[in-house]
Amino acid sequence: MMVLPSIGQLSTAGPDEILRPVKPWFIVATLFAALAGNLLPLTGVSLALRPDFIALVLLYWCIQEPRYVGVGVAWTVGLMMDVGDATLFGQHALAYAFLAYAAEYFRRRVLRFPLWQQAAQVAVLLGLCAGLVLLVRVVGGAPLPRWTYAVPPLVGALLWPAVTMLLQWPQRPQHSPVEL
Amino acid sequence: MHYIPVEPPPFFRRGPSPLARLAFFGLISIALLFVDTRYHYLEGVRQVAATVLYPLQRAAQLPGDVLGWVGGYFTSLRSLADENTTLKQQSVEQAAAAQAFAATQEENGRLRALLEARKRSTTAAKTVEVLYTGRDPFVQKLFVDRGMDADIQPGEAVIDGDGVVGQVTRVYPYMAEVTLVTDKDHAVPVQVQRSGVRSVLYGSGAGRPPELRFMAPSADIQVGDVLVTSGLDGTYPPGLAVARIATLERDTGQIFARITCTPLAGVDRSEHLLVIGRTAAAMPRPEEPTVQDPAKKMGKGKRRGGANP
Repeated sequence: MMVLPSIGQLSTAGPDEILRPVKPWFIVATLFAALAGNLLPLTGVSLALRPDFIALVLLYWCIQEPRYVGVGVAWTVGLMMDVGDATLFGQHALAYAFLAYAAEYFRRRVLRFPLWQQAAQVAVLLGLCAGLVLLVRVVGGAPLPRWTYAVPPLVGALLWPAVTMLLQWPQRPQHSPVEL
Repeated sequence: MHYIPVEPPPFFRRGPSPLARLAFFGLISIALLFVDTRYHYLEGVRQVAATVLYPLQRAAQLPGDVLGWVGGYFTSLRSLADENTTLKQQSVEQAAAAQAFAATQEENGRLRALLEARKRSTTAAKTVEVLYTGRDPFVQKLFVDRGMDADIQPGEAVIDGDGVVGQVTRVYPYMAEVTLVTDKDHAVPVQVQRSGVRSVLYGSGAGRPPELRFMAPSADIQVGDVLVTSGLDGTYPPGLAVARIATLERDTGQIFARITCTPLAGVDRSEHLLVIGRTAAAMPRPEEPTVQDPAKKMGKGKRRGGANP
């Protein structure tokens, strides 16, 4: 029987805790949820603030579970995002593939830091991802977007601690009262 | 006797290195980008993927719908009554105009019959609802909830109560993509309602007002003039309001005046839109005058044959 840990445990695993193995269906479900989050019908300010949920969730899984989620998965999800957004084919795919590679490269370093310092590094990674999309579009002849283009990566970085806690929740070990 | 295995145990096998994978998928992406921009071969793939994504999009729609429903349920009686009064007043005000319009239309019909002019075909219009606005900050697009199921065709004009919103650019089985008049380089042939001066309105991208380019500084245009579609392209039916002139700079040092406009339609606000079917096919191009030089003639004829079957 799967008993979810209580809300009080909703923080990241400490150095003395070993996480339970992740369930592949949970990874797939979170990726689809992120895709739905990116497809939310938002307008105006909420649209300008909306972080790239897919980039955030992909980054989390690439850092935590590189054996399941890597460049290939990121690329496939990116293609789906390209269709949902009606943007150029391959634009998000390229950006997410690069993001997955960068996550693979930096993952051991990122994991050593406390959450809020991880968020700073995540901001840089998300910024690189957005910058790659910008580069592709500007080379393709699109006009430069407004300064608000830089907001979503920062919002995404602010959400990083929350995303980490939420996605790690089902993997946290449970302490029986006897142990404590 | 035991041999030391040459290959590492399967536990360490993790496939190609991340860099190799990045190079592989990166190259595919760039190839896809190139093919999609230049040749538009991938529309079929896009259709299939869009159909797969459709349930997910509707699911994302759900929270907003529920909120709207709950909010609508608790709208106070008072505000409804107020709205009712305002609407009644409006309808009385508009009744006079509507009657005058009916009379004018009848008169217009008689005059046209006299002139043996082609009757302007009234085309079927389909009401659609906005699913969501495009999230790509580089283009100005929105998505509506009807597509092939309502027989919407690419190229049809989309309007709201106040004017032209844009044009259908891609049709999926259950939804359609509308490019807005504010999209960069989206062109609408227009006419100044007051003076009849013709021009083309170009969008300038997000956050920038559309503009009339290549207008002589002496053109008969004033701030506040309303631009309507001229119908010259055969895409937009003539006479639809598009935009109002916002600023006008006549600099004698420049060849062209700098004219910016504000769209009249709620391009990024309207929820219910109308898709207007195409009017009659555009008039065929007139024959080009024959050229004496045989070599030139061959080249021209070939090109014309390709463009105008």
